[in-house]
Amino acid sequence: MSDSDIKGMVGELPCPEFPNPAFTPGKPLAQCRVAVVTSAALHHVDDEGFAARDDSFRILDAGRRDVQLGHWSPNFDRSGFAHDLNVVWPIDRLEELAARNVIKAVAPRHLAFAGNQDETMTSLRLDSGPAAAGLLIDDEVDVVVLTPV
Amino acid sequence: MSTLAHIFEQQGLITLTIGTVRPHIEKVRPPRGLVCDFPLGRPLGKPGDAQFQHDVLARLLALTAAEGPVLEDYPVTLADAEAAPLVCALPPRFSNNIHPAVDEAEGIKGAYERAVAQYGNRIGVGREIDVGQIPDAISAFVHIVEGADWRQAGIPGNPMRVAQDVRGYYQTAALVLADHSPGAWAGENWFYQHTETGKLMLELRSVLKAAGAPQSLWFYLSPGDRPA
Repeated sequence: MSDSDIKGMVGELPCPEFPNPAFTPGKPLAQCRVAVVTSAALHHVDDEGFAARDDSFRILDAGRRDVQLGHWSPNFDRSGFAHDLNVVWPIDRLEELAARNVIKAVAPRHLAFAGNQDETMTSLRLDSGPAAAGLLIDDEVDVVVLTPV
Repeated sequence: MSTLAHIFEQQGLITLTIGTVRPHIEKVRPPRGLVCDFPLGRPLGKPGDAQFQHDVLARLLALTAAEGPVLEDYPVTLADAEAAPLVCALPPRFSNNIHPAVDEAEGIKGAYERAVAQYGNRIGVGREIDVGQIPDAISAFVHIVEGADWRQAGIPGNPMRVAQDVRGYYQTAALVLADHSPGAWAGENWFYQHTETGKLMLELRSVLKAAGAPQSLWFYLSPGDRPA
């Protein structure tokens, strides 16, 4: 098994481009509430899993650690996450940073999408993506850490 | 991930994106990105290493000070080739009356249950089949390799999803069978190279391809870099 071979294979997949990207000004970390959004298709054990090319998202409760990896792609290492969920969802690390006042707080809700989307990502861009942003804003999140698998 | 970063920034959120596939993050150009040349599936780098994970987060969080779009490289590369092979003691053959792969799967059930109790069912069985169906699923795959039509072999669900559950069952069990934490891809290499069921899955992939089964059926039975 070669990680470089897999990266070479998936690196050729088409991606959208954003010629005029938005840029939100930064602010001091000690004033920031931080959430994680991952494309690992994580979900709680009692929540609905992900279908192939599922463009919806699941909510991860910051107080729970019972998460499963619902991604259907066979092309990434799974043992790391099985051993330590923080390697994908660094929830314990963020709580440690909040305890040290490096960040203001950890968000109560984190989000998971499935990374294997269709080429256009139309639904993600027009529907579930903005809906996820709205949920995070409702929780007064300032900073979002995005992690892939 | 990088696409979501653009969507979130449009709504006023500050985003910090980890990218493990350089061509992707360089093309999509999230507002604040950190290229982490780590094995796929490990965006924070090292499982069980809080100090390393904190260092990655510190580099990432520092990007909030950027006054415009920024894409930086994390200075450490983690290569899968550096990972030590996973060493697992598999149980001895119990019954000579059933296929070795089925016998092996039944033999590690106790390890699987101990691993779930210790770590949780993070990558294990239950997305397509339950743990009691693992031997039947493997038996169905044996029938196909031995010549049965895949449509009539009794696979208890979508073949790709069943295959993922079987792989998750083994890799979860390996967490307590191993003498060390699995390195990147070590769990997969152990499964496909050193277990009867893993070898069966690769043979199944080749058999289905040769039989003219749809590519969507056989290709995802294992990671894509495996020969079929």
